[in-house]
Amino acid sequence: MSSLKPSQAGTLESNDIVITVGLGSKGEGIVIEMQSTVFAQYGEQIRKVIEDTVKGQGIADIYIKAVDRGALDCTVRARTLTALSRAGVEIKEGQVWS
Amino acid sequence: MITNAIGRAVPEQIEGYGRVKPFAGAFNTPPDMKRAAPAVKMRRPGESKLHGSLEEVFRAIPVKDGMTVSFHHHFRNGDYVLNMVLDTAARLGIKDLTVAMTALFPVHKPLLDHIKNGVVTDITTNYMSGPVADAVTRGILKRPVIMRTHGGRHRAIECGELKIDVAFIAAPACDDYGNLNGVMGPAACGSLSYAMADAEYADHVVVLTDFLCDYPLSPVSISQTRVDYVVKVDAIGDPKGIVSGTIRSIKDPVQLRIAQMAANVIKASGLIREGLSFQTGAGGATLATAQYLSKMIEEAGVTASFSVGGTTSFIVNMLNRGLLRKILDVQDFEREPIESIGSNPNHLEVSVDEYANPFNSGCIVNRLDTVILGATEIDMDFNVNVTTGSSGLIMGGSGGHSDSAAGAKLTIIVANLLRGRLSTVVDKTLTVTTPGESVDVLVTERGIAVNPLRKDLLEKMKAAGLPVKEIGELKAEAEKLAGVPGKIKTGDRAVAAIEYRDGTIIDVVRQVLD
Repeated sequence: MSSLKPSQAGTLESNDIVITVGLGSKGEGIVIEMQSTVFAQYGEQIRKVIEDTVKGQGIADIYIKAVDRGALDCTVRARTLTALSRAGVEIKEGQVWS
Repeated sequence: MITNAIGRAVPEQIEGYGRVKPFAGAFNTPPDMKRAAPAVKMRRPGESKLHGSLEEVFRAIPVKDGMTVSFHHHFRNGDYVLNMVLDTAARLGIKDLTVAMTALFPVHKPLLDHIKNGVVTDITTNYMSGPVADAVTRGILKRPVIMRTHGGRHRAIECGELKIDVAFIAAPACDDYGNLNGVMGPAACGSLSYAMADAEYADHVVVLTDFLCDYPLSPVSISQTRVDYVVKVDAIGDPKGIVSGTIRSIKDPVQLRIAQMAANVIKASGLIREGLSFQTGAGGATLATAQYLSKMIEEAGVTASFSVGGTTSFIVNMLNRGLLRKILDVQDFEREPIESIGSNPNHLEVSVDEYANPFNSGCIVNRLDTVILGATEIDMDFNVNVTTGSSGLIMGGSGGHSDSAAGAKLTIIVANLLRGRLSTVVDKTLTVTTPGESVDVLVTERGIAVNPLRKDLLEKMKAAGLPVKEIGELKAEAEKLAGVPGKIKTGDRAVAAIEYRDGTIIDVVRQVLD
């Protein structure tokens, strides 16, 4: 994944999330740094959705920063995919709505 | 620990408070005491009450370690008096004070320094938000904060449970002999309801004013007969802080839909009739409900008898248009009601005793047809939380919530089903402020739920074709959209005890660990 470039998707509006993609080092896996207004209630779930979305695109090493304002799962998935696409990942359509 | 009537575990004893009476139902713990009374006083002719500085008053009383000092919150987030008084106490080396403020706002952040330096060790209040509330929930105080309702605070003072040594009253206008009102001067705030119990029952009553008037002042809200000291200061508060963000005209279509449905609930219950009485709040959907309600009153050609509680310009407008006969006012949120209460004889200042005290021969909320209130959370038993927020931190309190809910024939909770990602309808609220037995209908953008205790209402709502659902169905809808929320982890230590209006403990707030 050395061809990835830093990218971002989303806003800080209520019910949205900002996903920033940075370069991950090979072998370090999927590193997710996260802030959320609903961290206590949904922190684990948001992390899982981001991780699953990234894995679904066949990515093994990546750094993602997520700043969440109460986004629903569908929004988290959409913003993650858009950020990945902007980073240069060729999105596999079949994986989008899984 | 003991389990109270709504299944909440409360301690048997609270340090600095005493033995806990567990909540037993809204009207199941009748009083068995006499009214408390402060010492009888005397003033000789020629004695002056006017003092040059707060320090001078502190020495004259004298204010000592361990005393309870009280304040009222009519300036809301624009209050200068609490900080001014505590700074004085700190300068004079006084320690271990209990602060009995009716409500604490972000402006009271300096209180934290006075907790750290030992000037203040205990707090009792009816509402708190901002840095003090955060620090309290994180455990800054050794003993729990006692959180009361507005009516319950008056009751606690009158029953001798909340003993005030020195009351500090912020007076927008005062003469040199202590007659004061809230309707004149550069910092006019309108009603001074919350300060009245303090003036009546404190051992020492100190008035701070930035508008000293010729004797005798009129009109009089609190009389010279109860005031011991008058101090002129530069400013008692910032009137802009009174309107601290609660009043906005509502454009959010979701809130408008909720408000419209709430008004339809009132109509379906048969209460749009001559002499209707109501209470609405100043925030979001409750304010918008007043607008729909007003339209219905006008269309039905009837007149409402009274509105009670905090007053907005919208309510004043109803009075002026003849849709409403009287406003019974405890607090003013805007310029227009402040002007109105000072000039319109049908706009009356009432004490909290009259408004909401459960232990007198009848308070105004007992005469309410309907009240529209908000909720942070509401559970399957219709218990409502307006005390703690989504992270477990205190960010409110009852104020008059439990009082009006208990008194009104029809108590309506208006709330978005989803706020951000969080459902308002939950299995069990983190904290209970108002018991479900005094809540009748929940109105959300995705339908309404009627308390099963009110079968009569359920029939009426269905007959009117309103979108009635089980409260559990609303919860399921929210979870389908947002997922099932994880539980907030809290510590074991109680950082606040929620006292119901009758002096029983309905719940405790537990420490938030970071």
